Order: sequence, then C-alpha cells, then structure tokens
Amino acid sequence: MQELIWLLPTFPLLGFLSLVLTTGNLPKKVVAAIGAGSIGLSFITAALIAVEFLGSGESHFVLEVWTWMAVGEFSPGFSFYLDGLSLVMMLIITGVGFLIHLYSTGFMLDDPSYSRFFSYMNLFVASMLMLVLADNLVLLYLGWEGVGLCSYLLIGFWYEKPENGYAARKAFITTRVGDTSMAIGLFLLFAQLGTLNIQDMLHAAQTQWAVGSGFAVAASLLLLGGAVGKSAQLPLQTWLPDAMAGPTPISALIHAATMVTAGVYLIARTHILFELAPNVQLLVAWIGLITLLMAGFTAMTQHDIKRILAYSTVSQIGYMFLGLGVGAYSASVFHLMTHAFFKALLFLAAGTVILSLHHEHDIFKMGGKWRQLPIAFASFLIGSLALAAFPFTSGYFSKDEILIAALEMEGPGLVLWLGGVLGAFFTGIYSFRLVFVVFFGESKGHHEEKEVAGFSMATPLIILMVLALFGGWIQIPVDAVFSHGEVHEEHHISGLMHAIMIAVPLLGIGVSYLFFMSKTFSVEKLMANPLAASLHRFWFSGWGMDKLYDLLFVKPFLFLARINKKDLIDAIYGLIVEISRVAHTMLARSQTGQLNWYALSIAGGLVILITLGVLL
Amino acid sequence: MQSIPIEHGLILAGILFVLGLIGVLTRRNIVFVLMSLEIMINASGLAFIVAASRWEHADGQIMFLMILTLAAAEVAVGLGLIIQMYRRYHTVDINVLSQMKG
Repeated sequence: MQELIWLLPTFPLLGFLSLVLTTGNLPKKVVAAIGAGSIGLSFITAALIAVEFLGSGESHFVLEVWTWMAVGEFSPGFSFYLDGLSLVMMLIITGVGFLIHLYSTGFMLDDPSYSRFFSYMNLFVASMLMLVLADNLVLLYLGWEGVGLCSYLLIGFWYEKPENGYAARKAFITTRVGDTSMAIGLFLLFAQLGTLNIQDMLHAAQTQWAVGSGFAVAASLLLLGGAVGKSAQLPLQTWLPDAMAGPTPISALIHAATMVTAGVYLIARTHILFELAPNVQLLVAWIGLITLLMAGFTAMTQHDIKRILAYSTVSQIGYMFLGLGVGAYSASVFHLMTHAFFKALLFLAAGTVILSLHHEHDIFKMGGKWRQLPIAFASFLIGSLALAAFPFTSGYFSKDEILIAALEMEGPGLVLWLGGVLGAFFTGIYSFRLVFVVFFGESKGHHEEKEVAGFSMATPLIILMVLALFGGWIQIPVDAVFSHGEVHEEHHISGLMHAIMIAVPLLGIGVSYLFFMSKTFSVEKLMANPLAASLHRFWFSGWGMDKLYDLLFVKPFLFLARINKKDLIDAIYGLIVEISRVAHTMLARSQTGQLNWYALSIAGGLVILITLGVLL
Repeated sequence: MQSIPIEHGLILAGILFVLGLIGVLTRRNIVFVLMSLEIMINASGLAFIVAASRWEHADGQIMFLMILTLAAAEVAVGLGLIIQMYRRYHTVDINVLSQMKG
C-alpha cells in the first residue's frame, strides 16, 4: 500500500489535466465529480497508507519513482518521503481539501468558470502534496512554486475586476521575494553540503557545521526568508489580507488551512538546520510573536468579515512560528492541524454568510442573523471558541502546548509567553466581536434572505465543526520526527500559569461581550478620544505597512522606471541593430544583379584565398 | 621522341584559362560567355592531360574524359537556357537579367 504513495499527487494532477484539456465544455455535474472526486480518492489512499504506515511502526518510508534530472553527481528525483510529519500534512491536505472541494461544488455552482475553478484547485492540491511528500529540496521547491502559482491564479480568479488582479500580483510578487531567498538558500546548501536530499543534507549539516557557524546561520536565515514569505509573517505579511479577493473556498483552503502553513512545515522539516543556528531560531520565535500581536491588533479593527479572518490567520501562524522558535515542533504542527480545522470552518461559514447576504462583506451591515443563518451561526460559534482557545476545544490544546513550551524556555521564555498570552486575549476579543456583531444585536437589512446551504455545503461544515471541537484529542505521530531519541520531560508548570492561560481568552471574550453585546462600553465613546481614533486608524491600515512598502519600494521603483523610460540597456541592443542595418545597405549595393560582377567576385575571392593559402 | 616539357603545357593551359576568364567577365553576349566557359573547362582538361603524360599515369586522361562529358552536358543545358532567354527577352544581352539586384 505504501508503494502507492505516488498516487496521492497523481489523482489531483489527472483531475487538473482532464478539466483543463476539456476547456470547460463538461457539464457541471461531471466537473464537480472530477474536481472533488480526485481529492476524495487521494484522501482514501492517504488514509489507507496512514493506517499501514502507523501499523508497521517504521520511522520513515522512501519511494523513488524516477530520476528527474541527472547532472554529474546531482540527481534529484521524483521521490517521496513519508514520516510522521508528512503523514499529518498529507492527511490535512487531502482531508480538509476534500471537504473544501465538496463545499465548493455548491458554493461556486452559479459561477460561469466552474471548471476553471476546480482545475486550479486540483493543481493546487497536487502541488501541495508534492511539497510535503518531497524527499529532496528541489522537488519541494517545485511544489512550493506550484502552490504559489495556484494561489496567484485563484486570488485573481475573478479577473474582470482590476483590483483582484492587483491583489493577485501583490501576493505573487511578495511571496516571490521570499522564494528568491529560499532558492539562494538551496544553492548555498548544495554548494556547501553537496546534496539536496533533505535527510542527507540535514545529516551532513550536523556533521560538518558547528553550532552557530556562519554557513548554518546563513542557510537557515535564507530558508526562513522563504518561510516568512509563504506563511505571511513579518516583514512579508502584507499580501495575505489582500488575498481575500479570491473566492471564499480559496481563502479557506489556500490562505488558511494549507498553503500558508507551508513555511511552518519547511522550518519543522529542516529544524535540525535551525538548531545549528540558535540565534536564527530565536529570531523565528520573535517574528512569530511580533506578527501575532500586530495581526491581533489589526484584526480587532477590521470591518470586512474575511479580512478579520485573514488577520487572525496571520496571527495564528505567528503562534506556530513562536512554537517553532522555542523548539516545540510537534506543538506547532499540532496547532497547524487544529488551525486547519477551525479556520477552514470559519472561512467556509463566512462564505455561507456572504453568499446568503448577496456578497455583503461588512460585518456592521449584518447583525442579528443567528435565526436566519443557523448553520453558519453554529459554525462560527464553534470555530470562534476553538480559535479563542476555549477550554477543551481543539485550539485550546494546541495553543496551550505552544505557550507552555515558551514558558519552559530559558532566557526570553517569560516574555514570549506573556506576549503569547496577550495575543490570546486579543484573539478572544476579535473572534467574538465577529460573532456578536454578525449574529446578535439588532438586524440591519437583509431581512428576507434565507441561508444558502445545500447538502454539499452543510456536510463539510458539520464535519469541520466536529473536528474543531474534538480535534484536540487527536494524537499526531510526529514525536519520532522531532525527538531524536530524547525523552520529553514532563511539564512542570504551576497551576497559576495554567489558570492564567485558561482565563485570559475568556477575559477577551468577556471584554468583547461588554463592548459588542451588552453595550456596557461603547466603541463610539472610545473613538471620541483622538488618541484612540488615530491608533484605530493606524491598526486598521495594518500598522501602515502597506504605505511604508509603497514608500520604500513601489515609489522608488516607479521613479526609476520613469527616468529610465527610454531603457538604457535597450540602447546597446539598438546599436547592434543599427550596425547590421548599415552593413546591410552596404552589402546590398554590391548585389547588382549583373552576372559579370558576380563572376568577378567569385574569381577575385578565389585569387585572394589561393594567395592566402600560398603565403601562409 | 622528344616530349614537350610540362611547363609549356601548363603555361598554355594557364593562358587559355585566363583568356576564358576574361571572356566570361567582359563579354555581354551570353553565347560568348558560354563559349568562354568552354575554353576555361578545356584549359583545365589540358592541364590534366599534361600532368598525366608527365607522371605517365592514366588517371588524368580518365579525368579528361569526364570533363568532356560534363562540358557536353553543360553546353546542352546552357544552350537550352539561352534559347529560353532569347524567347522571353528577345535579346542575348546578359545585363538584361538583373532582377536579382539587391
């Protein structure tokens, strides 16, 4: 069964090919069957492989399908590497991916580009599986770029609107910055260690590089650059909120559950490299902490239902980075999984709300909708509870583990922990602000609308609700990947700390209740204070990062483009054109059309050649 | 029998070749151009014969037979083209055929 692991990316790839080659001429039912069915088949295969792999008790399994290219000693192959980490990832991708595909068959039903949508989605799943199953960094990079391409295509799915195309380009270019850094990192690793097979490379790094040596620091920094680009962390986080221009299932699948966690996967996969550079690993933790706090502040000020969720995604991935930074890899991967459950749930529910209310995005134009949209309400309630780490929901277990690991860390551990707890407080506020404003209070407009949720849309929501509630009890088999044989010591955290970690999100929910439900405090009064108002504006704009980047990069670039309108480099090529044009006119004059002249040139040329031959 | 020294034969061949070349380069009547070409071919044939008798070898004579055959074929094609040209342009002036002017 494990030998069939190559089928996992193959099913979606075949789905992509069949949808693309028929160019949208298939009936919608067939498209839905191919689009969602291919992922379903992948999920069944993945589940069977998982059962056998876990039963066999082996630590890993390698399948070499064929050699991709062979240049000297460098021969990366299409080979798959299965261990606890890639197992968890492939189950998340195919499982959550299938649910989202199923949802999309209903959500996108009225869209004229139904087939195009599913072809991109299938290509995405195929690339993502390639990314997590790759046994060498080149294949991983192929998947990495593949998901970036699909992300671009799907953000700009409704390309008729120019701003969607702009958002797509922004996402593509911003992640490209990170990808370039990652590519350079791969070059460095290959030049120094001579292999790009992940396990060999990590082993070679361990034996050749001392802890804190220059190459280890450089390589892990470059890989970190790729990870922050893909996972929308500081300083490359600005693209994710704009990526919400795509259809909502895309936001659920690509920009919440799977693709944006690729950076977390990359760091977890190469964590040995990061342990060789402790300062870089600490930097990972700080990036995570700062990002999660900044995104938390911003999420509290947004009006657009999807942007709130987008900033919350940035913030939750910040938690994962924090976990990676303090060495709690399995906790991070665990949070990745629970986050995939509850954030997919929240996005899909948001999709239901948006579709039911005729593409209304502003939460302050909704209100009191819990009777009208019961399934969306239940989904939001459960999803937000899990997001805010309400005790015994899935998010509680994973976030708890990360925070405990931060607390146990020596040095800056307490600061990281405090920051993480503060972030949890914000999470409680912004997630329940969304619930209270959308579903409670007085109804504003959209009175008659009924909930749009057929079988295909309700089923994934219900399954995801169950997963978001109880997903925390799942044991993920990643200890063998991260422990290197060491036995984990028991946590010894005082009861007080535990109580704080449980209480703070509840406190956040309470504050949110006082502001948005009982109206004991009024946001308007708070806004009357000029300082609060300007802070609100600052946070609303995402800490002015967009403006800053506009000033730092876009404006200078446009300025350079303007002064170089005539293109200096092009002038060189223009010179070549001019020279050949002059030569042409001169030679054309010799072509008189007179036979004598030709014969003379032949004879003259012959004489010259013979003379040369005799003389030399 | 006193054999002709090879230099004489080669000088004669050279003179004939240059005469033919001058004819090709200067004559405007295409019939004369063709005849000059024949002279050039025969000059090279003569060089072969002279060389063959000098080295007492049959190869040169065989080569001359081939050149003769080639020359006959060339004249046949060339005369055919000249007749075509005369039919189309009513002249045998070679400078009329200058459509290939660049």
